Amino acid sequence: MSSISIRNVRKAYGKREVVHGVDLEFADGAFVVILGPSGCGKSTLLRMIAGLEEITAGEIRIGDKVVNRLEPRERGCAMVFQNYALYPHMSVAGNIGYALRVAGVPKAERERRVAEVARVVGLENYLSRRPGELSGGQRQRVAMGRAIVREPKVFLFDEPLSNLDAKLRVQMRAEIRRLHKRLAATSVFVTHDQVEAMTLADTLVVMNGGRVEQVGAPAEVYHRPRTRFVGAFIGAPAMNFIDGTMAADSFTFDGRRVAVEWPFARAHAGRPVALGVRPEQVELVAADSPGALPATVDFVEELGAGRVVYTDIDGLPFAVTLSEETDLAPGERVGLKLLPQSLHFFDGETGLRLGLAESVETSRAAVAAA
Amino acid sequence: MEKRAVFRAGSLAYLLILPQLLLVFVFFYWPTGAALYWAFTLEMPWGGGNQWVGLENFSAVLNDAKYWSSVAASCVFAFAATALALAQALVLALFVDRQLRGSKSFRSFYVWPYAVAAPAVSLAFRFIFAPETGLVAFVNQWWPGLWNPSINGAQAMTLVVLCFAWKWIGYNFIFLLAALQSIPRALTEASAMDGAGPLRRMLDIQLPLLTPTFFFLLVINLTESFVGADSFGIVDILTEGGPANATNLLVYKIYSDGFKGLDYSGAAAQSIILMLLVMVLTFIQFRWVERRVHYK
Repeated sequence: MSSISIRNVRKAYGKREVVHGVDLEFADGAFVVILGPSGCGKSTLLRMIAGLEEITAGEIRIGDKVVNRLEPRERGCAMVFQNYALYPHMSVAGNIGYALRVAGVPKAERERRVAEVARVVGLENYLSRRPGELSGGQRQRVAMGRAIVREPKVFLFDEPLSNLDAKLRVQMRAEIRRLHKRLAATSVFVTHDQVEAMTLADTLVVMNGGRVEQVGAPAEVYHRPRTRFVGAFIGAPAMNFIDGTMAADSFTFDGRRVAVEWPFARAHAGRPVALGVRPEQVELVAADSPGALPATVDFVEELGAGRVVYTDIDGLPFAVTLSEETDLAPGERVGLKLLPQSLHFFDGETGLRLGLAESVETSRAAVAAA
Repeated sequence: MEKRAVFRAGSLAYLLILPQLLLVFVFFYWPTGAALYWAFTLEMPWGGGNQWVGLENFSAVLNDAKYWSSVAASCVFAFAATALALAQALVLALFVDRQLRGSKSFRSFYVWPYAVAAPAVSLAFRFIFAPETGLVAFVNQWWPGLWNPSINGAQAMTLVVLCFAWKWIGYNFIFLLAALQSIPRALTEASAMDGAGPLRRMLDIQLPLLTPTFFFLLVINLTESFVGADSFGIVDILTEGGPANATNLLVYKIYSDGFKGLDYSGAAAQSIILMLLVMVLTFIQFRWVERRVHYK
């Protein structure tokens, strides 16, 4: 029983509030990833769960126990820190076994458990080394070993992979996933890396400016971003946005009219609306083909497996990803054909997704450039 | 290619460093050289000629029981004062580092003693600890004769040790606090997550990581208490080496033998021995700096 429940939690440093009332429920055994840009309050939230930061207002429960006023050691959480925070004067065995030593576990049992954990994280041959003699990936494993040796109810990860190089990061990601499957403890993982977030999470929490923007399965968050911020933050290259105005049967921007078949268009007619389109859900067609938005190629980014064509609709930047080879040159005229089932509409003022209350099936839209 | 300004004429460079060299020569090499020379001669107290006596001054000093009692007093003083100053500074630094309420003002407050000149500190201590009229004189009303450093050697030693330690706590405190604050906060947080309470964290994490700074301070404190100007000033004002030579530290004995006893040659020989002692201490320090523990 180690679900985590966060109710209207706030954090203020003096008069400056950095977390503005967060409500979250994490199921027992879930792998939750909190994603957000720097300074969005995600680490602060994690540290409040850990007990390293005081909670200004609200309530945090782990299992069925309110932990607001408990010391970190009484909460049954283990944490993996961004810079590993290994004890430099202790060997790998000393680092992993420290929690057991503090808890007064007898030496024989301690050594047995340390050896077992070292095997799990692949460090059995390094037990007598100091952290200074290890590579980045090995240090990361020590930090994880130190966390799992206590068999905690909850794992907290504070951007643990951000100091590793790209290849190692992918590898460690897989190991964390494997470890979670094996231990099945509730895990909260904070990151600003959306690939990490998408690949690791059962539940994805997107935060911005001290507020939760969206909670959901990664695919759901990707396909139905609840706010314009989430749409822009998740996905690379970022979602394209066109600011315009909704009419009963069309979307207009910059003197252009885009015919729209969207069940809720009428309800939002006359309102400022942002149209969001993912770069991979656009087709490049001939500049004069009917139903396409004319644009000019700015430059093409070659990514090996795919390529990103950065275009420009009269000054409005618009990216398109292609999987096939292309010989488009800067300055060429092309047509952009938006795929109707993958358009997103956001309120021009609040940034909230429009048609949220309505079901996915009915919110199909069709677009044709006028 | 790095561009450098080069003085073509070497003479200008020498001219520029001449004042500094002159100062070093006049105030360091000349007196040292003179002392070295005097140590091997018998110098007339009223001037007028000297006589080469070889190692006789040294053998006289080393065969003098008073000299060895002074060495003992110096050792007791140095180790006691260093231990007290370091231990106290450590406690203060650990608590200021915990950022309890008011720790900011304490941070500057604790350094002040170091900024006060040793004779001024000693004068204050003399007033406070005067057995008849000082602030502590009341203990003698409860128990007459309980406290009197002017007749009790152990009490006199306690007094000079206290005085030195009081002044040096500030110095040690600043170094220890700086070292504590350079320990990443994540380390103490990690140990908090591992279940360690504040005291346990101090013992297991902070203290071991302080050892390089601690050893540095140990050497500095020992050197300073053996030969430093502070030791001299404190003894001169508080006890003048008494009672019965109980606080006659090596630095003070050199001064009183030379300038009060007018035994220039004996004092010179003692200075040379003391200088060798400092060199040994410095050597230990350098050996230690070479082997310094690097945690990164």
